[in-house]
Amino acid sequence: MYLYNLTLQKPTGVVCAVNGNFIGGKTQEIVVARGKVLDLIRPDESGKIQTLYSVEVFGTVRSLIQFRLTGSQKDYLVVGSDSGRIIILEYNKERNVFDKVHQETFGKSGCRRIVPGQYVAVDPKGRAVMIGACEKQKLVYVLNRDTAARLTISSPLEAHKSHTIFYSITGVDCGFDNPMFAAIELDYSEADQDPTGQAASEAQKHLTFYELDLGLNHVSRRWSEPIDNGANMLVTVPGGGDGPSGVLVCAENFVIYKNQGHPDVRAVIPRRADLPAERGVLIVSIATHKQKSMFFFLLQTEYGDIFKVTLDYEGERVSNLKIKYFDTIPVTSAMCVLKTGFLFAASEFGNHALYQFQAIGSEEDVEATSATLMETEEGFQPVFFQPRKLKNLVRIDQIQSLMPIMDMKVANLFEEETPQIFTLCGRGPRSSLRILKPGLPVSDMASSSLPGLPNAVWTVKKNVSDEFDAYIVVSFPNATLVLSIGETVEEVSDSAFLDTTPSLAVSLLGDASLMQVHPNGIRHIREDGRVNEWKTPGKKTIVKVGSNRLQVVIALSGGELIYFEMDMTGQLMEVEKHEMPGDVACLDIAPVPEGRQRSRFLAVGSYDNTIRILSLDPDDCMQILSVQSVSSPPESLLLLEVQASIGGEDGADHPASVFLNAGLQNGVLFRTVVDMVTGQLTDTRSRFLGLRPPKLFSVMVRGRRAMICLSSRPWLGYIYQGHFLLTPLSYNALEYAASFSSDQCAEGVVAVSGEELKIFTIERLGEAFDESVIPLRYTPRKFILLPKWKSLVIIESDQGAFTAQEREESKKECFEMDGTNENGNAMDIAEEEDEERDDAFADEQYGYPKAASDKWASCIRILDPKKQGLDSTTCLLELQDNEAAFSLCTVNFHDKDHGVLLAVGTAMGLQFWPKRSITAGFIHIYKIVNDGRGIELLHKTKVEGVPLALCQFQGKLLAGVGSVLRVYDLGKKRLLRKCENKLFPNNIVSIHTYRDRIYVGDMQESFHYCKYRRDENQLYIFADDSVPRWLTSSFHIDFDTMAGADKFGNVYFVRLPQDISDEIEEDPTGGKIKWEQGKLNGAPNKLEEIVQFHVGDNVTCLQKASLIPGGGECIIYGTVMGSIGALLAFSSREEVDFFNHLEMHMRQEHPPLCGRDHMTYRSAYFPVKDVFDGDLCEQFPSLPYDLQKKIADELDRTPAEVLKKLEDIRNKII
Amino acid sequence: MQASDRFNINSQLEHLQAKYVGTGHADLNRFEWAVNIQRDSYASYIGHYPMLSYFALAENESIGRERYNFMQKMLLPCGLPPDREEE
Repeated sequence: MYLYNLTLQKPTGVVCAVNGNFIGGKTQEIVVARGKVLDLIRPDESGKIQTLYSVEVFGTVRSLIQFRLTGSQKDYLVVGSDSGRIIILEYNKERNVFDKVHQETFGKSGCRRIVPGQYVAVDPKGRAVMIGACEKQKLVYVLNRDTAARLTISSPLEAHKSHTIFYSITGVDCGFDNPMFAAIELDYSEADQDPTGQAASEAQKHLTFYELDLGLNHVSRRWSEPIDNGANMLVTVPGGGDGPSGVLVCAENFVIYKNQGHPDVRAVIPRRADLPAERGVLIVSIATHKQKSMFFFLLQTEYGDIFKVTLDYEGERVSNLKIKYFDTIPVTSAMCVLKTGFLFAASEFGNHALYQFQAIGSEEDVEATSATLMETEEGFQPVFFQPRKLKNLVRIDQIQSLMPIMDMKVANLFEEETPQIFTLCGRGPRSSLRILKPGLPVSDMASSSLPGLPNAVWTVKKNVSDEFDAYIVVSFPNATLVLSIGETVEEVSDSAFLDTTPSLAVSLLGDASLMQVHPNGIRHIREDGRVNEWKTPGKKTIVKVGSNRLQVVIALSGGELIYFEMDMTGQLMEVEKHEMPGDVACLDIAPVPEGRQRSRFLAVGSYDNTIRILSLDPDDCMQILSVQSVSSPPESLLLLEVQASIGGEDGADHPASVFLNAGLQNGVLFRTVVDMVTGQLTDTRSRFLGLRPPKLFSVMVRGRRAMICLSSRPWLGYIYQGHFLLTPLSYNALEYAASFSSDQCAEGVVAVSGEELKIFTIERLGEAFDESVIPLRYTPRKFILLPKWKSLVIIESDQGAFTAQEREESKKECFEMDGTNENGNAMDIAEEEDEERDDAFADEQYGYPKAASDKWASCIRILDPKKQGLDSTTCLLELQDNEAAFSLCTVNFHDKDHGVLLAVGTAMGLQFWPKRSITAGFIHIYKIVNDGRGIELLHKTKVEGVPLALCQFQGKLLAGVGSVLRVYDLGKKRLLRKCENKLFPNNIVSIHTYRDRIYVGDMQESFHYCKYRRDENQLYIFADDSVPRWLTSSFHIDFDTMAGADKFGNVYFVRLPQDISDEIEEDPTGGKIKWEQGKLNGAPNKLEEIVQFHVGDNVTCLQKASLIPGGGECIIYGTVMGSIGALLAFSSREEVDFFNHLEMHMRQEHPPLCGRDHMTYRSAYFPVKDVFDGDLCEQFPSLPYDLQKKIADELDRTPAEVLKKLEDIRNKII
Repeated sequence: MQASDRFNINSQLEHLQAKYVGTGHADLNRFEWAVNIQRDSYASYIGHYPMLSYFALAENESIGRERYNFMQKMLLPCGLPPDREEE
């Protein structure tokens, strides 16, 4: 089996983010690392985050930092990755790519303990960069510029220290003195040697300054001093005239200012009042804002509270350190303060957000300062505060993030054309069920009903130089309605359009005249109001029209074509006539090319299944240039120019090719390239769009012509970052569409559907899925579908959390306390409660209060996905007494009359540290009541371990309880044990069954294939895997094959060899297999690995599904970082060879951006086997044309053919 | 040290052991071996962000706290070293 890996949704989580002027203008951009993807994003004028560029680097990006050479206007980007190399990138505005400026190798690849890459730090003046590992190694590179002002990099200078762990490094701002770097170090050498434990308890963290002597070209340890043992992070304090220099050391509960020869200035971090006393407060992300006159730091704690830290200083003496409560937002992995007054907050789980500053926290608030620091015998006195609503920030945009995907199922519960992907995302109060539909998200602007059933709609401008459209013209079977676009859209009658007849086309002609084509003629409305009417000869009527600004072609009934051109005086003149062999089905003319008099080609589709290209040149006017036969009569034609490679912001590096698009009556969209000189048609491709014949319309998307295809659902064909993409819109079926542009909506689409006129826009291009979100209460763990009732059962559980009831009570208490303490009157309390109610999503913002780590909160939820928001939950059962649900399945016990029952595996009082322990495990059995809208507990059975896997098997329940696989039958009061097998190595995490085989997944040791012998009532293992795999998810493929994913980011398939499989099935007594012994306690037979691939992200769910109607089935996987990918099996040897070679050439000619070798990346843990990486192959269009040509030549094809192949295989998946 | 010493196997090993942390030797005991493996594992968890998130999800802690905990555990990953005499 050969598979093709393609990422459908790029990772949405964020590892780290930095802001700077990467383009090199006034604007600030943010570079976001999403694990293996680098994105360049920026907020647009309306405060919406737009992605400028996104690239997969085939490596792990662990750290980023930007720097700027003195006097330069542009920032460079330093990437710390797992490649064992330091990478310096520069954004190339012309080609819209990151250029690799420097790549210096210093060590082995991989995330290793002593290979630098974990931390990067720069000198604030951009003279040196330090790259460090978790332990021992740090390297300093000197940055400079040569005579041509290009960036140069020195050979590395070592600043190593053995037996030392590093927590953080940063540059120290010391103006133009020698560059300095600061590091938090912990020496473990003595602790390793001392059996008494004294050395370990005395181990002390140090803050060490390293000085790079630019004169001697040497790095030395300048200064080292003990610091608080809770230190975890360093922040550079501006220096050299802008501030006092030095660093802020963030430690558990404290922030300390430190500098060489300066006494410590320490302040406590305020604590939430409800925080358990034993918990510390740790800073997890930081952002610095620096202006000419002032600077401040925003530090976010692990609970989400942001504090503003400021320093009182004089010269280089810091007298006071102030920590003031700022606001509370969800915990971030990175924050960026932009100069334009925005705060970009990249959440660690859940949606990211862009906030705007309303204030900078200058108002009165809870504050801890070093001046008021109180030290008593018990230690430093804490300062308390209550989180409150946002005061200084206001959220203006959200970026959807699926991170982490906990579980996923693909099903068509909504009975739509394509199935929906149901994903469980997020954590704690921010968890959600997200329903993903393949297609671009569309936002509705307006919708109004029309008198009657319209059959067409157009928009026209009054003048070619107008920015916005003037009229919307709607045609009905016997009338035409004209609406003018102003502040509102209203009907007008003074437009000079003929309103007593249907229209066939309405458009702008010349510079400022309008044209209306109706069945009996052409009405040409001149700028000054004069109307010229051209009447059809005899009884003939016009059936089809094709036009652009200067040319009009009409087709009369019977098949006569008449060609008009606009002359110098603005008069529409008949130029030529042509008789076609039969009726014309459709025709189209391309827009007039820039600087030309006319467009050269006319495309005509006929009912005899042909499309002809006719010339419109005066020399050979109406000559047939080429003929293309198609599988079914064409319904609609559109000539569209496509630039299929990037370059510049939109990609105009290569000559564009004109595509002739044809929507055929059998629902296929047919695309072919038109040769610009000869008009010959080459390179055809077709794609099935839907059940109705696609109608094609041209619209504007990001200022370029794009295509809307209306079949049984709408599609958009557009160019995104150099690729031509044809994606469905997540919208209802439409009849007719036109582009729309007005004051309120610069780039929209107006369409008719039924009796409605709709206006909508497409906001974020390039997205693969449209999501709708249903919030959940706790971290979702697993879910199942109840296909009979089309509902979902979700289990959610959170460690260290209070149940809803407890939270409610403590909240009440808290209000009462407030009331008594402040002597507030009753009204205050009432007001506050009101506020609380308004703030329905408060928990989402503040997070749940922390409880002790052995407390659990959990619930079972039944959800109807067709309903919106909170209404969708039909039943919510909160578990009591520290029980948490971990597994569930539906089961149909064969000899009982209960019908379908729900089994849920729970653990009571589960603890992971110091050792995994539980009070008890349970299997609950629920009856499903109320047509699948509710559940009722039948009974619960105590078991000795955590039941992590449940599955129905031959009318019984299979449960994996710890390392025991057991068969249960239903009893009156409890489940009854029937049979068990205790030979599994660790913990059973998954069970799949097929016929009499049971496929058991072990937490650490991959799959075990078992068999159940009914007559002897025995379970035995007959085959297992030879590799230890820490399973995170599994899926049953066929009788002998399982797909699994492990904790290290690998996806693999194992298969039982055919001969062994046959042997086992043919063994009638079963005696042989049963008594056969494996070696070293293993099973007698071993599975073979047939597919192996490193995704580079923890895969949490696998599912076999086909995402398009009639498409092949593929394995869909979801990951912790919130990406969704697919593995498609190739259907022919020829395709396998092609992609094998393409991948090979791509690896050679286009090595990944961050210096990791592609093959070693995909083989990070096990050698990659039989999977070709579509993500790498799809970078082919982004290569320079000569390189494309070179690779294509090696493959004996043209670049266009390679592109077509890539497009084809993508179309098979989505 | 003579010039030939540089090429004998022991000095080469010593060089490797000094350069690459965790390179084993003949007298390596069980504890030292385990400590090395554990430190390597923690460093790998910290380096692979998805893995760190996975742990953070399991323990319901923030990713930053989880990273800090792993760093702290690198000090004594296997508890106290055994007494010399016991070996």
